Amino acid sequence: MELALSGITKQFPGVLANDDVNLEVSGGEILALLGENGAGKSTLMNILYGLYTPTAGEIRIDGTARQFDGPGDAIEAGIGMVHQHFMLVPVFTVAENVMLGNEPTKRFGWLDLQRARKTVREISSRYNLDVDPDAIIEDLPVGLQQRVEIIKVLARQANVLVFDEPTSVLTPTEVVGFVEIMNGLKADGKAIIFISHKLTESLELADRIVIMRRGRTVAEVTPANMDEEKLAELMVGRPVDLVVNKTPAKPGEVVLSVENLVVLDDRDKRMVDGVSFEVAAGEIVGIAGVQGNGQTEIVEAITGLRPSLGGYVKLKGEDITTASARSIHKRNVAHVPEDRQRSGLVLPFSVTENIVLDSYYEEPISNGVRMDWPAAQEQATRLVEQYDVRTPGIDVAVSTLSGGNQQKVIVAREFDRDVTFVVASQPTRGIDVGSIEYIHSQIVGERDQGAAVLIVSSELEEIMALSDRIIVMFEGRIAGEFDSSATRTEIGLAMLGSRPEEITS
Amino acid sequence: MTESGSTPKPDNADKSSQPDPDQPNSEDFLKNATGVGSSLRQALLIPALALLSALVIGALIIAVTDVDSLKLWSSDPGEAFSSTLRGIGNAYKALFVGSLGSRRAITETLFAATPLILAGLAVAVGFQAGLFNIGANGQMHIGGLVGLWVGFSVSAPTIIHIPLAILGAIVGGALWGGLAGLLKARTGAHEVITTIMLNFIALFMVDYLLTGTLFQAQGRNDPISKRADTTAQFPTLFDNYRVHIGFLVALAAVWFVWWLMYRSTIGFEFRAVGANPDGGKYAGMNVAWVYVAVMAVSGSLAGLAGANQVLGLEPYRAFSGFAGDTGFDAIALALLGRSHPVGVLFAGLLFGGLRAGGLQMQGTAGIPVDLVLVLQALIIVFIAAPELVKAIFRIKSVDDGAKSTVSTGWGS
Repeated sequence: MELALSGITKQFPGVLANDDVNLEVSGGEILALLGENGAGKSTLMNILYGLYTPTAGEIRIDGTARQFDGPGDAIEAGIGMVHQHFMLVPVFTVAENVMLGNEPTKRFGWLDLQRARKTVREISSRYNLDVDPDAIIEDLPVGLQQRVEIIKVLARQANVLVFDEPTSVLTPTEVVGFVEIMNGLKADGKAIIFISHKLTESLELADRIVIMRRGRTVAEVTPANMDEEKLAELMVGRPVDLVVNKTPAKPGEVVLSVENLVVLDDRDKRMVDGVSFEVAAGEIVGIAGVQGNGQTEIVEAITGLRPSLGGYVKLKGEDITTASARSIHKRNVAHVPEDRQRSGLVLPFSVTENIVLDSYYEEPISNGVRMDWPAAQEQATRLVEQYDVRTPGIDVAVSTLSGGNQQKVIVAREFDRDVTFVVASQPTRGIDVGSIEYIHSQIVGERDQGAAVLIVSSELEEIMALSDRIIVMFEGRIAGEFDSSATRTEIGLAMLGSRPEEITS
Repeated sequence: MTESGSTPKPDNADKSSQPDPDQPNSEDFLKNATGVGSSLRQALLIPALALLSALVIGALIIAVTDVDSLKLWSSDPGEAFSSTLRGIGNAYKALFVGSLGSRRAITETLFAATPLILAGLAVAVGFQAGLFNIGANGQMHIGGLVGLWVGFSVSAPTIIHIPLAILGAIVGGALWGGLAGLLKARTGAHEVITTIMLNFIALFMVDYLLTGTLFQAQGRNDPISKRADTTAQFPTLFDNYRVHIGFLVALAAVWFVWWLMYRSTIGFEFRAVGANPDGGKYAGMNVAWVYVAVMAVSGSLAGLAGANQVLGLEPYRAFSGFAGDTGFDAIALALLGRSHPVGVLFAGLLFGGLRAGGLQMQGTAGIPVDLVLVLQALIIVFIAAPELVKAIFRIKSVDDGAKSTVSTGWGS
């Protein structure tokens, strides 16, 4: 089993997404495709999966050139893709999902569910992918859903498996299980390509690492003679500071105190169930936890975007539990929301309009009736300069900026005040290393100027690098509190809901 | 965490890093069709091409319905061909002459365009704020009726009476539109459903009121209102031509909507909530209130269009269904004008011209005036399916300005 991509070039209008890319992988090998967002990894994989037609170049399998006009051709040729966002029907069972698109039938077109179940059982026992064929997808944790995706691919006799950011949705323990699965597949002679922007896991998992930057393959290395710094430098194209430089915290008075907070989600599920904690001036508190354990709702409740059912939120002793988002914002609270495209920005709006998105109604931008656009443009020009936002101009739509620069627009808007409290959710999700560095330094900078900072992130590395204190959330409650010296394992276990006493026993 | 395009529906994907021209996003249909936030080039190109496409198909319709020419095909194809072309030429010539060919034609175009522009602005304001106001018809009826009531029940000199009647129409339309906004804000009821239903309520309520003593003309049994006082009737701009000051009101409304949307603080809220309600909420905007305000503004513009229908033309009375189809044509107009006030102005003038010219076409070329409605409908079909227009004219991507090419032939 040999797969070779040679001279792949993909030209999108105005963007050369892939430029003469060469890539080879053979059976029994794990290849990591490493690169920042926008480096062209996904484009390349979409070409391999038949979703895009390359402008130039060819795909060879075992020496024969192949042309894929759609995913059907790629599947036929033995290529399987596990997407980052799973392509499963939530209300169907595991077996139904696995057979979807390739349904075994009995006479007269009756579905042969029995056969589908059997296939699932066979594959799961062969590769140690323990899943109940009759479980409903939406009842399964993410780690198991991923297994279903893998079974689906294997059921179609894939020999090349492509994983797009496979670990980003998994808990630390699930990652361990995933590594075992990958090694099992490798032992069985499958060729594996996994796309990643994480340095550690590429080093740990891969036999070979191919690094992409700006649409080209810039290096091919083996993990043995590599370390994270060197890898990061290859990925970004310049030396990168991976450690967040900060001095020990000097906590002052308590700025935010949350007492017994209870918050429901849109479906009236108790997502936050009696949570209490405090954040003092001059410290960074990180909330760790697998996504969906109430972190989103806590932040929304604190920032006035979601009503709470019980408990209090106090800012400098003042009760803000029922205050509106605007009045909380006016109390010099900076909020970097977890999804910049859904709520942090208005994508079709210009950089200027986004810069004034939450101060548009007050002086100097507005006299209450009329917008003072020159003043807004002045402010935008200043902030774009000050916060190093790379943009062709302040009048272009913010949707045309890269993720990192979009996030800088938000950070600029939120931090350009005398901020007393910062709450940042997933502040560096999906952005390039350079911007991550910059945004981390800005957050630490706010702390050093005396702001209280609350960080929420599903990336444990980020929490550990930034926080002076760490709170772990599990199923709406606090499952553990740690200082910055805690180990990955301790925090990882708490993320799964284990109490500290259970860890020691 | 990922580059977009890796999945058909990226959640937190970085849209900018990976243009994805292979996959038109059907979910963004309304945004595409209404043209909110599109570039000037795109804003002009697609409507122009849609108009051209519609005229070509219209020509085909004229050709295949031209029975006399069709009969000639078997005996004398050459003559049949030239006869068909003559038919099409005559029809479009009449359409042109009837809309722009004389002073009367031009004033008739402006006269017909006036209510269309106002109602089109109403729908466009809704589009800009992400709301689909199908209720311009109902808001015209209510606004028009209130304006008319002021027009016959108040005695005042023209200089006061007309502004007062206009104000009444604005208030009436705003209340009726605001009601749909309130329902959305309070209960989440979708404005498409509520505005459609409010249209029926308005229509029949007006019928009912027109048979009551408050409105009904003396000595009449059918639903027809008293006549507006001469002091409330919109004076014509030129003697012997029907175009009246309502057209100036419409121009003022175009300017006002432009100012409101792009210069005022509340307009910024409208547009922000329209483009991204979650973003608006996060930025501290009161999204529910914005919905009410947008629908009230939209309704007030429709109310103005309604006043135009009772105070701007004979018989200066309200009757059953006096607003006609203008409230629905307004949707088409707003789409054609890409929801921009200036775009709506030109779209209104175009449709006004088609109205005025259509009558001439029927008179001199014998083509039924219904062809105008077909043309209007075709324009909208092409506007609503920009991919179709792009495919016909082989435009790769309109956003990608430099590379766009417009071939001269039809689907060549």
